[in-house]
Amino acid sequence: MFSDYTSAELLSIFAMQGFAGLILFSVFVLMALGLAIIFGQMGVINMAHGEFMILGAYVTYLISNLFATYLPSLFGIYFFIAMIISFVAAGALGALVEWSFIRFLYQRPLDTLLATWGLSLILQQVYRSVFGAREVGVTLPDWLMGSIPLTETIELPINGMFVMGLTLTIAVAVYLLMYKSRWGCQVRAVVQNRPMAAAVGINTARIDRITFALGCGIAGVAGSAFTMIGSTGPTAGQLYIVDTFLVVVFGGAASLLGTIASAFTISQAQSTMEFFLSGSMAKVLTLLTVVIILMIRPQGLFAMKVRK
Amino acid sequence: MTMQLKVNQRRLAFVHKLSRRWLAKAGLAVCAGWILGASAEVNTTGLAVTDKEVTVGILHSVTGTMAISETGSVQAEKLAIKQINAAGGVLGRQIKFIQEDGASDWPTFAEKSKKLLVNDKVAAVFGCWTSASRKAVLPIFEQYNGMLYYPTFYEGLEQSPNVIYTGQEATQQILAGIDWVVKEKGAKTFYLLGSDYIWPRTSNKIARKHIEKLGLKVVGEEYYPLGHTQFNSVINKIKLTKPDVIYAIVVGGSNVAFYKQLKAAGISLPKEKPLLLTISVTEDEILGIGGENMEGAYAAMKYFQSLDNPNNKAFVEAFKAEYGNNIVIGDVTQAAYLGPWLWKAAVEKAGSFDIDKVRAASPDIELTTAPEGYVKIHPNHHLWSKTRIGHALKDGQYKVVHETAELMEPDPFPKGYQ
Repeated sequence: MFSDYTSAELLSIFAMQGFAGLILFSVFVLMALGLAIIFGQMGVINMAHGEFMILGAYVTYLISNLFATYLPSLFGIYFFIAMIISFVAAGALGALVEWSFIRFLYQRPLDTLLATWGLSLILQQVYRSVFGAREVGVTLPDWLMGSIPLTETIELPINGMFVMGLTLTIAVAVYLLMYKSRWGCQVRAVVQNRPMAAAVGINTARIDRITFALGCGIAGVAGSAFTMIGSTGPTAGQLYIVDTFLVVVFGGAASLLGTIASAFTISQAQSTMEFFLSGSMAKVLTLLTVVIILMIRPQGLFAMKVRK
Repeated sequence: MTMQLKVNQRRLAFVHKLSRRWLAKAGLAVCAGWILGASAEVNTTGLAVTDKEVTVGILHSVTGTMAISETGSVQAEKLAIKQINAAGGVLGRQIKFIQEDGASDWPTFAEKSKKLLVNDKVAAVFGCWTSASRKAVLPIFEQYNGMLYYPTFYEGLEQSPNVIYTGQEATQQILAGIDWVVKEKGAKTFYLLGSDYIWPRTSNKIARKHIEKLGLKVVGEEYYPLGHTQFNSVINKIKLTKPDVIYAIVVGGSNVAFYKQLKAAGISLPKEKPLLLTISVTEDEILGIGGENMEGAYAAMKYFQSLDNPNNKAFVEAFKAEYGNNIVIGDVTQAAYLGPWLWKAAVEKAGSFDIDKVRAASPDIELTTAPEGYVKIHPNHHLWSKTRIGHALKDGQYKVVHETAELMEPDPFPKGYQ
């Protein structure tokens, strides 16, 4: 299949393809981090994760309209403000949801699955009633569009690089929070042994609420960033949920490092196969590989070692 | 003893049955008398028709994934019904509609269509959007002899006596589009791309045959699962194969991702290197994609909101008066608008609401007031219509750059294309 092309063309296309894989990797990590925190640290299967993302997307849409109407001179930087507000909005909703019903369902993973699935349906219908059934178009500032040409054929999409930068920032922030801060230490203590953590004076209910809110907040930021590459509609969250769970489960539920490793493996495998095979076939093979690996290693790539 | 009891029971059951049967018969007679007295001559099969009113059904998804697409069709059908009523109704009867929600779920569509036909006895149903929903209701319409007006452009390969297809079937859209791009733009190589289900696959099959018949080359053909959001790999393949034309039949949320990523990857559509031709993006979809991302693409369809003719001006004005100034009207919305008008014309030609008579009257029904211009029902239940090429503008509208000289004949089972 490559005999028709010059080696320079091939080189540039492999570079582009490598870059496409990296973008997919960042997208996966961004989608999955929030879920990994909630699922991994709390054992709650949050089926409404996609809807929290879309909340961020709709917030971004509202902020962009606000800026276009009242502050057109600052339109270029609205995206950063939109991301912060998305984080706060999704986090606040997350805290509310945790307080109103998730906290009664801990230790009952199947019930949380059902409850959050119901929540996802409710949120979808709320979006539909408020914003209409049609997708909305989020206008991006000009500097986020287009690409930087490196050579004749290699062009780097700016929004892709933006997502990569954002993912890196958030991943580092989460790492610092979980492994270097006092709060993170408490979270990990609660995950490892809840009664013991409570016994040494950690307010586990409060830790749970903040953890859940943080996970939802990160989902909101992800949704906000995805307005650059995807659609914003009432049911758009459903487009991400399968990939998100795939990444988290494959990585090993309790490990953030596992999530990142699994996002990297899946994204590289998928984007390489997409190039050599057709899109649908690549997806099938990716899923098949993941299923087989999970059959051999049900705990996922990275599992936490705990004495049961 | 037990014997006695059994006999008694049996007798009781018999009396019970008798009385029920009698009641049913009496009821039927009353009903029949009422209908016979009122509208017997225009309604011999017990449809919901009175002296003043005729009931029809609207069956679309207003919840679930497909609500995005089907909302416009519901609006168009309601507008048409309202206008017909204002102009005196059908055979002097006002149209009353019963709306059911298919909820983007095919078994629900089947169940609701049965309800409309069996319980509500509607005289016609305007509805369905995806081929899957149409295939789900088709056996019901054929079994209970109903009439469905189906608005979406679709893959063809179907012709039911119980359906009038008011959108274009695949060849009408595809052949005209490819001929135009070959003749006007000198296109020689094509990259076919689509979402992975029956419509894009069948359409691309027809496109490929046609391209190869013209002696030109397809350099790639790709399908992605519905809802796929990452198109960077295929965009790289397009860059590598350097086709003259990207022929895109991507649908739904994937659309938005595809066009945004195409632009981000440095493929600028207004430069037409490569040129992008689509049959799946109407003005409705551009709302989600964003005009700035779609600018410069071409679409082959029978209707664009910007069509310059008096019918369309009146239609757009009425639509905006009804649903607000910001509303956009896509190809399918216009096709849905034709449904009630075509049904009215057929009923009046037949002089009856009877399904069989309406069906017999349907071929060769003309509509000179259609927003798209003139349409006519072919004996195969599809519409003769012109195909237009639209050039996407930044404001989310299409500018019509070409129109076929003749009406395109609908050909749901194209020979040599399967």
